[in-house]
Amino acid sequence: MYLYAKQLKKLALSPVLILALLSESALANTERFMTNMVPGVTELGRDIYDLHMLVMWICIVTGLFVFGFMFYSMIAFRKSKGHKPANFHENLMAELSWTIIPTIILFAMAFPASKTLIELYNTDDADLDILITGYQWKWKYKYLLDEEDGGPVEFFSNLRTPQSEILGEEVKGEHYLLEVDEPLFIPVNQKTRFLITANDVIHAWWVPQLAVKKDAIPGFINETWTKPIETGTFRGQCAELCGKDHGFMPVVVNVVEQDKFDAFIKAKQQEAAALAEVIKLEKTMDELMAEGKVVYEGKCAACHGVDGQGGVGPAIAGSAIATGDLAAHLDIGVNGVPGTAMQAFGSQINDVEMAAVITYQRNAFGNNMGDKVQPIDVYQFKNK
Amino acid sequence: MAHGPAKGISRWFLTTNHKDIGAMYLWFSFAMFILGGSFAMIIRAELFQPGLQLVEPNFFNQMTTMHGLVMVFGAIMPAFVGLANYMIPLMIGAPDMALPRMNNFSFWILPFAFAILTSSLFMEGGGPNFGWTFYAPLSTTYAPPSVTFFIFGVHIMGASSIMGAINIVATIVNMRAPGMTYMKMPLFVWTWLITAFLLVAVMPVLAGAVTMMLMDIHFGTSFFSAAGGGDPVLFQHVFWFFGHPEVYIIILPAFGVVSEIIPTFSRKPLFGYASMVYATAAIAFLSFIVWAHHMFTVGMPVAGELYFMWATMLIAIPTAAKVFNWVTTMFKGSISFETPMLFSIAFVILFTIGGFTGIMLSIAPADFQYHDSYFVVAHFHYTMVAGAIFSISAATYYWLPKWSGKMYNETMGKVHFWIGFIGFNLTFFPQHFVGLAGMPRRIPDYNMVFADFNMMSSIGAFIYGSAQLLFLYNVIATIRNGKPVTEDKVWEGANGLEWTVATPAPYHTFSTPPQVK
Repeated sequence: MYLYAKQLKKLALSPVLILALLSESALANTERFMTNMVPGVTELGRDIYDLHMLVMWICIVTGLFVFGFMFYSMIAFRKSKGHKPANFHENLMAELSWTIIPTIILFAMAFPASKTLIELYNTDDADLDILITGYQWKWKYKYLLDEEDGGPVEFFSNLRTPQSEILGEEVKGEHYLLEVDEPLFIPVNQKTRFLITANDVIHAWWVPQLAVKKDAIPGFINETWTKPIETGTFRGQCAELCGKDHGFMPVVVNVVEQDKFDAFIKAKQQEAAALAEVIKLEKTMDELMAEGKVVYEGKCAACHGVDGQGGVGPAIAGSAIATGDLAAHLDIGVNGVPGTAMQAFGSQINDVEMAAVITYQRNAFGNNMGDKVQPIDVYQFKNK
Repeated sequence: MAHGPAKGISRWFLTTNHKDIGAMYLWFSFAMFILGGSFAMIIRAELFQPGLQLVEPNFFNQMTTMHGLVMVFGAIMPAFVGLANYMIPLMIGAPDMALPRMNNFSFWILPFAFAILTSSLFMEGGGPNFGWTFYAPLSTTYAPPSVTFFIFGVHIMGASSIMGAINIVATIVNMRAPGMTYMKMPLFVWTWLITAFLLVAVMPVLAGAVTMMLMDIHFGTSFFSAAGGGDPVLFQHVFWFFGHPEVYIIILPAFGVVSEIIPTFSRKPLFGYASMVYATAAIAFLSFIVWAHHMFTVGMPVAGELYFMWATMLIAIPTAAKVFNWVTTMFKGSISFETPMLFSIAFVILFTIGGFTGIMLSIAPADFQYHDSYFVVAHFHYTMVAGAIFSISAATYYWLPKWSGKMYNETMGKVHFWIGFIGFNLTFFPQHFVGLAGMPRRIPDYNMVFADFNMMSSIGAFIYGSAQLLFLYNVIATIRNGKPVTEDKVWEGANGLEWTVATPAPYHTFSTPPQVK
């Protein structure tokens, strides 16, 4: 069915291809004329694709019949040809037949659709669980692994496309807006269950090739699953309007062989273990200030200003928080301010970075508090 | 006996005449159509090519939101209410609407609603930027401060719609001419009667939704916030309980218009009058029990999902019956192709395409791929533009000679049609492709794989948009110096009481009710 549909698709697209001939740039890259749903790399996705093609062809055939009848009437019974109107109306048999026949066709669609839907909802017996959390405007992935498997692994996945490409100052790369700094890895031929939620507004996690789309709703956890049968890199985007940068929070999933997947998890766990060692180290004021400046400019400056003068967010320079109680300052950094644009950075930057940036805020911009926060203080604050 | 309208501007402020109020509704809706259309032009200009060229993402979101709100609540709905005001009394042999003072009020609060809504674009933090579906918590906790003005605007629009609907029900139930039984009413009257019941049923639900938002934003409640024990999905259920009947509120009067025009230019009675009435009622009933098909990906239990899929598929049956009836009306007629007929034929074809994609979207497992993609955008523009807007254009050309006593320029009308038809399809047909290929809706920028179809879409949108200026010119030119028409029955094949009054229709008609046999 799938191959046959491909042939038909080519045929159906011939008018589009003629249009494409008009544009030379289009010819250079046929990929740009993607016109149909992707069957994807899962059995479920291919079932969905077949269902899509089935219903589409039923619609096209019905359409050809109805529009054919209509055009025949328009041509054969036009007044300019001198056709005299008949006067018939109301016919029970006609009304009954065009009620009953569509009903039968709909039943024919409903059976395979219901079967596929029930399969889509079958999240049982997963080999791997991943918690996906939507943030404005990035995704957080957490592999829910037991301690015996080395413990959970979590990280954020941000858009990697530079601003310069978006603004047209540089040539756009092939995966423009569909590339991230840290892609999700999942093993091939394994059933991965996704637990999906959100931290702020509603998002939706969508990867067409994996046939997964599910809303990420704050306060609730949705379940869905995928079982890819091919390896590769698959790209998707947030599908639910979630504010300003809704168009800029892509999803990238690498489906890899089991051994590569295990190696990825191991490396992530070692990274976390190394960090756990680092936070025990005492840092000097200079180290904290230097590192804090980098973190501040990366995460804070967009809202609070490069010189702490404020902007979208309040000023840091001379602020009551940055020159007040240290624990309260740390609380805002770690937990954010609910209901405002100030996010909970405790889960977004590591404890070393948090210690550095809080220290920096308290001592830069003329705040000169003289106190400092050590990574271990942040760790203890978060785990108290 | 005959006394004309008051002189000067007070005629328009104080009028209780259904023709004046109908005309004001129509002009207002055209103004909103141009406003909403210019928002669409900004959207399409930004999407002309990949990258951010013209607007900031936040402003882009304001444009998509305002485009939807203005088109749905400002252009399409008031246009049909205008047609109802003008035509229903003429079609049922009534001297005016049943509640003329309320009629004046329900019109005159509308400009204020849209002034409030549009002014929010200039407020600090910008206007509504959360989509015309304004899902919480994006529209509550995370909304710009102007959201309160948006809520107030929606309340006023809702009040206007409810008053308009009550007036239409009261008029149709009480003021039909002697002998005009329900099953003798023109289909436009029937579809509007059913639409008015839908409006009365669901506009208060919308008012409830925005009131809950208001409470969440200002009074510390947590209807839509899980942190306080509420549920963001509750918002979607309430919204779509309004929103799904709303799309039929928009399309049923369009069915009515087309059911008037196709028999006229086929010179043959409507094939299945009774089945058309029953199909309209069936669609209206089904519209109340299918709302969650807009929410297939929110994580409903599979049983709910199956129910909403099956119920949604049922809508195809009465809708198909309507299409077959229109086509069979044309069969063996004597068809001519004046501008209203061209728009009506295009309506049947393009709306049916929108119906087909509707069936595809109802297939829940496939909807997991279609949902919130450009496929959905293509689908609902085939129903909203080629459905509602085409039928409003058809109705304008059809009844304009009766309203103004002047004949429009047929050639210009046909040029408007063909440019609009080509522009429309060039805009929205490629959106099926980019949607299936994976482009989400409501994004200001996209990967290059979507570039060519988006460029086509933008070019089509500019063509479609400019065709509307020709429409405006044609209407004004007709009113000012069109060729006078004197026959009562402007169109050879037309039937109905509106064609028994003088042309142009006098300020007061049917002061003595006609006898309907």
